[in-house]
Parts: sequence; structure tokens; C-alpha cells
Amino acid sequence: MSHPTSTPTYPQLWRSGLWQDNPAIVKLLGLCPLLAVSNTAVNGLGLGVATLATLLVSNTLTSLLRPVLDNAIRIPIYVLVIATTVTIIELLMKAWLPELHASLGIFLPLIVTNCLIIGRAEAFASRQHLSASLHDALSMGLGFLWVLVLLGACRELVGQGTLLDDAHVLFGDYAKAWVVQLFDADHGMLIALLPPGAFFALGLLLALKNWIDALQTQAPASDTAIESPVTDPVT
Amino acid sequence: MNTTGTRLNCRAGMILGGCVLCAMAALWLVQSMTQERIRHTQHARQTESLLALLPDGPFDNDPLLSVQWLEAEGLGSRDPVPVYRVFRNQQPLAAVLSVASPDGYNGEIQLLLGIQYDGTIVGARVTQHQETPGLGDDIELRRSNWIQGFTGLSVTTTRAQDWTVTQSGGQFDAFTGATITPRAVVHAIHRALLWFEHNRDRVFAV
Repeated sequence: MSHPTSTPTYPQLWRSGLWQDNPAIVKLLGLCPLLAVSNTAVNGLGLGVATLATLLVSNTLTSLLRPVLDNAIRIPIYVLVIATTVTIIELLMKAWLPELHASLGIFLPLIVTNCLIIGRAEAFASRQHLSASLHDALSMGLGFLWVLVLLGACRELVGQGTLLDDAHVLFGDYAKAWVVQLFDADHGMLIALLPPGAFFALGLLLALKNWIDALQTQAPASDTAIESPVTDPVT
Repeated sequence: MNTTGTRLNCRAGMILGGCVLCAMAALWLVQSMTQERIRHTQHARQTESLLALLPDGPFDNDPLLSVQWLEAEGLGSRDPVPVYRVFRNQQPLAAVLSVASPDGYNGEIQLLLGIQYDGTIVGARVTQHQETPGLGDDIELRRSNWIQGFTGLSVTTTRAQDWTVTQSGGQFDAFTGATITPRAVVHAIHRALLWFEHNRDRVFAV
């Protein structure tokens, strides 16, 4: 089923993924890994990059398979493509980044169930040509990634007073010196590292996003709001 | 019979089957490429963690390959646990025991404990736990060097009543706000030492 619908322009795609339809703070997709793994900036970055890579591969393959995608088999094919990609990423990470693999734990294989990825395959890549699908994957993936890293950095900073703790699990031993101890937290705001802290931090981030949007609408409307380029059936 | 529909379904099935075959091929390829390296990485990581708890080499044997699974309730587990032994000049030198503590604050705490043949602790490390982050996790070496305080101790250097935290009249420091976690670790290590005294021959049986 591949009627090429009107393709949004690339700036529209990027605006949409990074801010307007951000998968994490607007669509609220993939909240389970988002909340669980954002306890440090490095963990957030690791999962963000793995999700971005999965999204790139799945959007590429889905877009290339458009001519043969049939209504009856399109969902199984998405699942097949996504599960294969995630398994490959997991194997590669186990071989080359074993420490990051250990610290992401179950949330790495669970990328398979992230609605963001199957959502983009169904709503976008199965209807658009390859180049637009790649831009969409990059913008949505980076949109998810920056929220993960920002949440991780905030929680790490408030909870233990550091930034970039454990950077060596991602960047090798020479990154051990990157950690910045801004203050000695002394367990005062421990809650930031625990699951409730994840909800608080995400809630505050959502409020901040809405506040910024509200400020922009109040300001003289120099740029009119662009309508969402695609409607997302998967939520 | 709707032949067009059947033909369509047949085509869809073939496409799906083709995709499955491609996916299998890709997975097989990546798995065969990474298999050797994953095994190597895991072996290196495990060896590294054992060597940190053993006296300096050389040994007669690879500690990881000398593993023996023992039924040992004294080590805190109902199932057989791995015991890694090293020998020098055919004489038993030291062993690493896998110890579990059931009385942590939140679930089981798992440790590795390196002991010389005479019963002196070479070192201890917590390998797995779900204690409160920021409070109980000072038992991890990456958070504090508390766990290194066990090195050199044995049941002869430290009396039985001293094997607990200071709040309970023992000689080990507890952490601010967390007594249960360090006490669980101290008790588990003490139990393991006592078990080792009585089971030394089993541990080093060839």
C-alpha cells in the first residue's frame, strides 16, 4: 500500500521530530525506557544512539520494501525488520561495548517494543521515498535522544552532583577523567535517581516545553504554526 | 473460490517468507562474526574479576577453567555455586567463592570472595545487588573503598562477636543511613569463612 502522500519538506521534518512532534515530550512514545534508563546522561546517550540506529535501519528497509508491502503482511514485516535490527545491535554491543550492554540491561532488547519505531515505519516510511524516510528517522531519533540525554543529565546532576559519570562505558578508558563533580550531593536528592525522580523530571520537562510554546504563540505570530505533516495512528 | 485473492495471498506469503529468510541470514552472519569476540570478552571480564581476588600469579591453571560446582548452604544458596581454585606447584593456593547474602535491604546481595588456603581473605567484591542507590550501594568498589577493609582478615584475626557493624558492637563501619546492607555483607562473609574452614578439602578436591 504505497500511495506516495505529499512529502513534507526537510525543514518541516526536522522541526517536527526535534520539537513540534517530538516523540518523547509530545507524542510520549517509548516512555518505559525513557524513564528507566535516564538516570545518567551516559546511559541516556547509549540507549538514545541504539534507538536512533534501529530507527534508521527500520525506516530505510520499510521505505525500500514499499513496492512489495502488502496490507496483509506489512505489520509482520515491520516486526521482523525491527526485531532483527535490535538483535544485531545487541550482538554488536555485547562484543564491542560489553559494559554499556550490562548497564542498559533489558532495555536494549526492549527497543523492539518501542512504539516510536513501528509508528514511524507505519505512519511515515511505508508511504515516503527513501531520502525523506532517512530524514524522518534522523530527526525523530535525535528528538528522542536529546530528551533522554537531557533528562539523564538533570537527574544525575540533582541526584549525585555529577555530569558524564561512567563515560568510559561508552567512550573507553580514557573517558574516565571526563566526569565532572559539580558538588557533593551527599545523597540529599537521592529521589532524582530513583524511578519517582524520572516522573518528576519528565513532568517538569513537559511543562517547560508547553510554557515555551505558549510564549511563542503569545508573541506576535511571525511564523505561523506549521501543521503536523503526518498523522500518527500508533500512540 | 476467489482466485485473484488466493494469488494475492500466495504472493504475500512468498514475500513474507523471503523477508524471514533474509532476516535469518543476516542474524546468522552477525552472530558468527561476533560469537568469538563475545566469548573472548566475557572470558576476559570474568578472568579479570577473579584475578583481582587472587594472590599474585603465576598459577598452575586458568582460574576460570578450574571451576567446581558445590552444594554449599553455608554460602547462602540452595543451588550449587561455582568455586574457582588456583594451584601453584600442585599445592592448593587460593579459591574464589561465590557468596550470597539473603538478608540485604532489598533482595539478595551476591559477592565474590577470594580466600587463601590458610583462610585469610584476599579480597571481596559485590557482583549483584538491588540496595538503595546512593545509600546501600557504597558496598560497591566503584562507590567507596569500604569493601577493601576485608582484605587480610580471617576468623583467627577477628573474633566471632566482632564480625558485625559498629552499631551492633562489631568492628565494621556502617554507612550513614544504611546499616542493614553492610551488616548483611559482613555476616555473609563471616559465614563463608566459617564454611571454608570446614570444607577446605572439598573446595580443593581435584
